Amino acid sequence: MIPAPQDSPWADAAAVPQLRIRNVVKSFDSFAAVDDVSLDIFRGEFFSLLGASGCGKTTLLRMLAGFEFPDRGAVELDGIDLLKLQPYERPVNMMFQSYALFPHMSVAQNIGFGLRSEGLSRDHLEERVANALKLVQLSGFAQRKPNQLSGGQKQRVALARALVKRPKVLLLDEPLSALDKKLREATQFELINIQKQVGVTFIMVTHDQEEAMAMSTRIAVMDKGRVVQVGAPHEIYEYPHSRFVATFIGSINLFEGMAAHGPDGWRVDCAHWGGPLRVAQDLAALDHHQVALGVRPEKIRIAPPDEHLAADNFSDGVVREVAYLGESMLYRVALPSGFLVRVAAPNVGTRFSPGQTVRIGFDAGAGVALDK
Amino acid sequence: MSAGKIVKGMSALALIFLYAPILWIVVYSFNESQLVTVWSRFSTKWYAALLQDEQILRAARISLEVALLSATGATVLGTMVGYALARFGRFPGRTLFSGLVIAILAIPEIIMAISMLLLFVALESATGWPHRDVQTIVMAHITFSTAFVAVVVQTRVSELDVSLEEAAADLGARPLRVFFLVTLPLIAPALLSGWLLAFSLSLDDLVITSFVSGPSSTTLPMVVFSKVRLGLNPEINALGTLIILIVSLVAALSLLRTMFRRRGA
Amino acid sequence: MSVSETRKRALGRFLVIAIPFIWLGALFLAPFLIVAKISLSTAAVAIPPYEPLISWAEDGALVLTLHVGNYKLIFSDPVYLIAYASSLRNAAVTVVFTLLLGYPLAYFIATRRENWRAPLLLLVMLPFWTSFLIRIYAWIGILKPNGVINGVLIWLGLIDKPLMILNTNFAVAVGMVYGYLPFMVLPLYAHLEKMDWSLLEAARDLGAKPARVFREVTLPLSAPGIVAGSLLVFIPAVGEYIVPALLGGPDTLTIGATLWNEFFSNRDWPVASTVAVALIALLVAPLLALQHHRAKGVKTMSDKP
Repeated sequence: MIPAPQDSPWADAAAVPQLRIRNVVKSFDSFAAVDDVSLDIFRGEFFSLLGASGCGKTTLLRMLAGFEFPDRGAVELDGIDLLKLQPYERPVNMMFQSYALFPHMSVAQNIGFGLRSEGLSRDHLEERVANALKLVQLSGFAQRKPNQLSGGQKQRVALARALVKRPKVLLLDEPLSALDKKLREATQFELINIQKQVGVTFIMVTHDQEEAMAMSTRIAVMDKGRVVQVGAPHEIYEYPHSRFVATFIGSINLFEGMAAHGPDGWRVDCAHWGGPLRVAQDLAALDHHQVALGVRPEKIRIAPPDEHLAADNFSDGVVREVAYLGESMLYRVALPSGFLVRVAAPNVGTRFSPGQTVRIGFDAGAGVALDK
Repeated sequence: MSAGKIVKGMSALALIFLYAPILWIVVYSFNESQLVTVWSRFSTKWYAALLQDEQILRAARISLEVALLSATGATVLGTMVGYALARFGRFPGRTLFSGLVIAILAIPEIIMAISMLLLFVALESATGWPHRDVQTIVMAHITFSTAFVAVVVQTRVSELDVSLEEAAADLGARPLRVFFLVTLPLIAPALLSGWLLAFSLSLDDLVITSFVSGPSSTTLPMVVFSKVRLGLNPEINALGTLIILIVSLVAALSLLRTMFRRRGA
Repeated sequence: MSVSETRKRALGRFLVIAIPFIWLGALFLAPFLIVAKISLSTAAVAIPPYEPLISWAEDGALVLTLHVGNYKLIFSDPVYLIAYASSLRNAAVTVVFTLLLGYPLAYFIATRRENWRAPLLLLVMLPFWTSFLIRIYAWIGILKPNGVINGVLIWLGLIDKPLMILNTNFAVAVGMVYGYLPFMVLPLYAHLEKMDWSLLEAARDLGAKPARVFREVTLPLSAPGIVAGSLLVFIPAVGEYIVPALLGGPDTLTIGATLWNEFFSNRDWPVASTVAVALIALLVAPLLALQHHRAKGVKTMSDKP
């Protein structure tokens, strides 16, 4: 899905971000958990912080909630300095990874907890709680205690409890990690729908790249306390900026070599491939640099050796391993140099077996050159 | 934050409260004056006096003997109780069993003291046994220390991964072998701290001991009690300081051990 | 597993339970029956110093003499009733102040970083391992008319003649709180340490100020620890003997002292037994509460994955 221009305010230089994070640093015992992070997040976004555990994404989220204070930097929400506010004063709410439902309170009391400090009338409060329950389809469960709920129901109570406060930004800490796989997929779509209904900015922390890809308007990939790339899911996947992002998101083949210009345009001279690889991308900035040409397995086609393969780059190879994934086949093909190339082919037509000689190939536009 | 400051302030107050008497004991054990509350000058003469006090030394020997025997007995019985409570599931009488342990832990000492005295007296008048001396003290001490050891062992065993014992059984070890080759080495630290706890409880006990002891078996707390009832006594400060020193050393060793173990893990 | 193996295993389990059970039954449970029996007897100049309940009459018939006079005595003589009342009051005061002092301390330790908790806990437990008797004795030196506290107050010029602190109910309260503080801190710590701190963060995140977080989340969630700690302090404190004996005054009348005196001074074992039976009766409910509480605690612990 490629967002229409009006859906991508980040592309509009004149748009004012709702949340501005500026040069935020947070260290624990001289270990920089968050290292000079700056991000602009726009109203109504579903923004994901994606990274492995220990990359600083949760620390960043907790600083937005107010549970950690940055050593340096600034955080502004709609022009207000968030760092001056205590957690209970911030117009930001959080959905905890463990859900953090109060075990001694009923579902309705949990949801009403945050409203009780707002001085609402009793009727008004009950109405807001009832609406929140309706939003997450738990209307009949108001009097249950958290330990009488299933995992999915707890997750929805936690969501309702945070949303009922009508926060400007909702923070979600691994919201789906405690659910099993089937429920996780259904809940992904439910979360997106609810976010569209309420129009609140969501910032989600996750280590699951598929989850981030499926749900987010934009993703910030984090590594060792830094944001290494920010972009819409398709940008991150198709045009990673670095080897780290390329390998972290999905699976990729990296063909190392020297970038050069030749009569047919730009190419990467790759010893593993045994020759030049034609590249459609303009590599002027990387001329004579050591680069890796990243090619996703599904962009590489595979055919019997005698068959003509209409591809800009092709080579013969021998199938070493085959994994049957149902919807697709995953091959590991050894090039004459011994280099193993991962190839994903849709599960239609010819299947190849280990030991078989095959021809593989891909187009000049299929790869992305990475110098970092 | 002000709430945090209140918590810190109260905690500091509580710790000062806990340590003020200990500081007082140590400081005045080195006071030359017989009048404990008036400081004259530094002296170790009360330590010398303590080490020549035959009454205290004899009582200390009896107390150590009682503590060694009763701590060992209580560790054996307490381990059985703790293991049964942690591993045997819902056996018949479990509630009574765990209720017994809690009752012994909490019930005022003086009640146990009276009931055991009456038991020993009734037994002796009926059968001629037991004569009230070290053996009755040891029996009484084993009884209350068992409950403390049981709690320590139960906690440790329930923290233990059952799959370790299951793995041993799966590899062909019989229950007794599983216990001695797998469970016991893993709970050994708990047994040691249970033993030390039982030892110090026995060494410290006054009320129960006073009731079940005979004329020939006066323990250290009994001598101390008879002395402190008459007022302050610098020898007691010296004795207290020695006990504090020993306890602190044992505690420091155990702390170092756990800290090194954690670093190694 | 063969039949004989199964049988051996069952026998092993039976022995592991039966051996300590017989020991504790014989030395802890059975004596209560003897105490109850002797409470129905009368004192005698004999060894043991009480009349047997069952005797042979002149004509050879078995005679059972039950004497309820002791029970009438302790319910009519104000000395006993005052002793019970003041022991209960002492225990209640001890619970309140150990809680006030112990809760912040337990909370403080539970909120430290993990590698600080064990040393801090050890710091709390260390005095507990040192002679109780000598530590209570130390308070004599601190509270005496010419002791540390009066010395400091006079030196500061706040008072000009020493306050009478020692040998008062106040001194007893100080000593009791001192002696029982670890029994309060440990269960409180155990519960606070297990607490899910994200619940407190969630409460703050939802707009609750620190006082409300404490009142509506921290306190209710640590209630089991408060109950356990209070019972563990209250039950033994009711029968405390050493602290009133050393720090109390002539007007400090407690059950502990009453029992001690009946045994060692008056040698009236039947009355002492009656006083003990009444004390046990008084403590049955708190003991059952503690047992129930612990069983519940163990259950919820095993419920967790």
